[in-house]
Amino acid sequence: MNGYLQVNSPFGKLRANGLYAAMQKRKMRMNWTQIGNLEDIPRQGSRVVNTAAGEIALFRSVDDQVFALDNRCPHKGGPLSQGIVHGKRVTCPLHSWVIELESGNAVEPDVGCAHRHEVRVAHGVVFLEVRAEV
Amino acid sequence: MTKNKMRLVVIGNGMAGIRTIEELLKMSPDEFDITVFGAEPQPNYNRILLSPVLSGEMKFQDTVLNDWSWYEENNITLHAGKVVNKIDRQRCMVETATGLAVPYDRLLIATGSNPIMLPIPGINLPGVLAYRSIDDVEKMLTAARDNNGTKKRAVVIGGGLLGLEAANGLSLQGMEVSVVHLCDWPMERQLDQVGGGLLKKELEKRGLKFYLSRQTEAILGETEVTGLRFKDGEEIPADLVIMAAGIRPNIDLAKSAGIYCERGIVVNDTMQTYDPKIYSVGECVQHRKQTYGLVAPLFEQAKVAANHLAEYGRMRYEGSSVSTKLKVTGIDLFSAGDFNPGPDDEELLLQDAARGVYKKLVLRDNKLRGAVMYGDTVDGPWYFQMMRDGTDITEMREHILFGQAHLGDSGRGGAASVANMPDSAEICGCNGVCKGAIVKTILDKKLFTLEEVRAHTKASSSCGSCTGLVEAILANTVGGDYSAKPSKKPMCSCTELTHEEVREAIAKHSLKSLPELMQTLGWKTPDGCHSCRPALNYYLLSASPGEYQDDSRSRFINERVHANIQKDGSYSVVPRIWGGVTSPSELRAIADIAEKYKVPTVKITGGQRIDLLGVSKENLPKMWGDLVKAGFVSGHAYGKSLRTVKTCVGSEWCRFGTQDSTGLGIKVEKMTWGSWTPHKFKIAVSGCPRNCAEATIKDFGVVCVDSGYEIHVGGNGGIKVRVTDFLCKVASEAEVLEYCGAFMQLYREEAHYLDRTAPWIERVGLAYVKQRVVEDAAGRAELYARFLESQKYSQDDPWKERAEGKDAHEYAALATI
Repeated sequence: MNGYLQVNSPFGKLRANGLYAAMQKRKMRMNWTQIGNLEDIPRQGSRVVNTAAGEIALFRSVDDQVFALDNRCPHKGGPLSQGIVHGKRVTCPLHSWVIELESGNAVEPDVGCAHRHEVRVAHGVVFLEVRAEV
Repeated sequence: MTKNKMRLVVIGNGMAGIRTIEELLKMSPDEFDITVFGAEPQPNYNRILLSPVLSGEMKFQDTVLNDWSWYEENNITLHAGKVVNKIDRQRCMVETATGLAVPYDRLLIATGSNPIMLPIPGINLPGVLAYRSIDDVEKMLTAARDNNGTKKRAVVIGGGLLGLEAANGLSLQGMEVSVVHLCDWPMERQLDQVGGGLLKKELEKRGLKFYLSRQTEAILGETEVTGLRFKDGEEIPADLVIMAAGIRPNIDLAKSAGIYCERGIVVNDTMQTYDPKIYSVGECVQHRKQTYGLVAPLFEQAKVAANHLAEYGRMRYEGSSVSTKLKVTGIDLFSAGDFNPGPDDEELLLQDAARGVYKKLVLRDNKLRGAVMYGDTVDGPWYFQMMRDGTDITEMREHILFGQAHLGDSGRGGAASVANMPDSAEICGCNGVCKGAIVKTILDKKLFTLEEVRAHTKASSSCGSCTGLVEAILANTVGGDYSAKPSKKPMCSCTELTHEEVREAIAKHSLKSLPELMQTLGWKTPDGCHSCRPALNYYLLSASPGEYQDDSRSRFINERVHANIQKDGSYSVVPRIWGGVTSPSELRAIADIAEKYKVPTVKITGGQRIDLLGVSKENLPKMWGDLVKAGFVSGHAYGKSLRTVKTCVGSEWCRFGTQDSTGLGIKVEKMTWGSWTPHKFKIAVSGCPRNCAEATIKDFGVVCVDSGYEIHVGGNGGIKVRVTDFLCKVASEAEVLEYCGAFMQLYREEAHYLDRTAPWIERVGLAYVKQRVVEDAAGRAELYARFLESQKYSQDDPWKERAEGKDAHEYAALATI
């Protein structure tokens, strides 16, 4: 991403004031883990990261933004990573719920939320934050 | 950064005007500063629901579509209760009687219509009311309640839709009601004489009194209404007179501003008046000589007007066909189209006096032109759909009157009327939605269309077999005009184009990729949606086989990873077994592989194959590698593609067999495997008319007979069982192959994505398919050649490729942490 640090998180707005400071204020410990390269995730596609707490799906939109959600549809647990990615949304392969990649929320009128994770891309390398509240 | 916004002024705070604003806000929320003038002091309410308010089944609050806060939230300035009395087109201003002047860049006139007040003596007496606004309804309710212990008498002038609804409502409010009508039967514009007679009888049972073929000469009374006198001299008493003799487009304001009007304000296909800054929608409009008084056309117009106001400039309004339904609880009545047969028309009639059912269909050239239904209207939306689509009904002539047979597949066929179903009746078997839940959601969420009902309740959103019932419930709950779909159905919300238009454009512009297609055809979304992308990918693939680069990101997961996803996220693997004929060594290989990968379930499929269920995604390529080594290829049990060719044992073993059905089936499967089709495609070959391979419920079925091969097409099992149509009989196996390839290619080139052959044939007609595949020998040869050409590129085994490493990223996790 041409050396541009893209932060896809609510903290992004606070970047001017210092991302790290913002995180300190939230009393969180950061734990960015290098996952792989942006090129490893197909555009309009998804890859899965296995973690101790379950699978996390990383999505790459048509304009190369990267998002991370639990790989479980809030409806019946369908693997979101297997869905069709369109715009900033993914459609669950089991019953076609549509999930917003930025928030994890189901598109109305369906109600539900897939847990989201912080992810950032720097110099074409993807980092995932495995967070732990202090 | 401040941008000077355009100023949009809307005259008319009713359903058409506000719907246009809603559509506009959806498309470009920040384009306009919007000001709305409404003559009535209420926010936008649902005028169609005035009848339930009058009859006491609903409260006014329930009819409000946009409450005050909606205007605030969308930064819309609302002047409710203020009447615009001048449009100054030179200065681009509108002015109200109270001296308020507001400038505009664009003006939208949605002034609706006025009730026709007959020019007879006494028309201005207190106690004479129109039936048009909530104000009228409240006055009627007051009159009905204010009864001093004696029953008050109301007379409704006009026995049309509106008049009867008013009469019914007043009668339910405890008044003694008479209906005066010019014609010999009520609702003559929607019903023929028989239907009208049935309706009259039912309403008389409910206490209404009819004066038919009567003309009112004067309304009697000194200070208030006391009665009515007819032309023939008879007088009847009345305490309340309701004028329901029709409506007239409200064009006075437009006319006084010099905008060209005839019966209504004349607009072009973009809803623009003769003044390019001024648009108009709704009942005040005259488009292609037509004026409309129902809701569905208004909504279509609103969409088009909004599109042009937002300067997208893409849509055209091309007129609407409309259907009507009387909103009187317990009376099922439906009419659409032209139901008075002309000299060239045919008439199909069904009368069942005991059940109180009457149906009339009017046909011309084997197409539906009109329908009248009384007592049993479940199939109204179905007839209406076929009317708009111009469906050739030759094949269903014999049973069309009895309705859409498949409604019976869950034991619901006997329920003639959804109105009589209990709230607990399950409507959608897939999603477990009952009637009560649908009705409640429609009312609570103020839903208008089938799509909205699907989104909110999930009813009819899975297999679709209950669509007719859901439409009927929608019609029953809020009036038939709601359920009418636009005459032209776009592929999805990313475009206004239909499937046909997209396919034509692909050919015309020689489009070769998805981004190119979306750009050329003005897709509204950056990269489509889960509904249009797979369809477009298929259309491009079938248009340019060998040249088009398949886009795996636009494939549904099953086709992307070449296996069937299961509810737990595991996959099933079905190796191809040609013609269903296997061998001990093949079975041994499958058994070994199933054990090696610890396959939890092994199952024989309906298509004579073996299904290995519960395989994890990571294991797929390895397992395929082993299967390929044992000589198998993909069974494509996961695709919109040729699935299986099912066979019986045929003349080789069977004492009845007439031909080698297994051998022929294998030849057909070797030719057709790997081909992508609009939906799944199943074939069977039976060795004799006992038809053990069930060839007559397949997309393409062959039944061998002593003298050759009968070819049957367009069948399927599944949701709606459809038996095939007989296409033709041929003499040789070579001909079977040619007809099979040609038929598949015609289907591949012309059907909508996700249409099985059955609905496709029902739409285009068997006669058309016969003409292309049977009668036109040269055309058949070309279709067959194109099929074989495209097969050259589709018979590389996808399992072998993936076992060798293709798309490896699809099967492996990115990382484990």
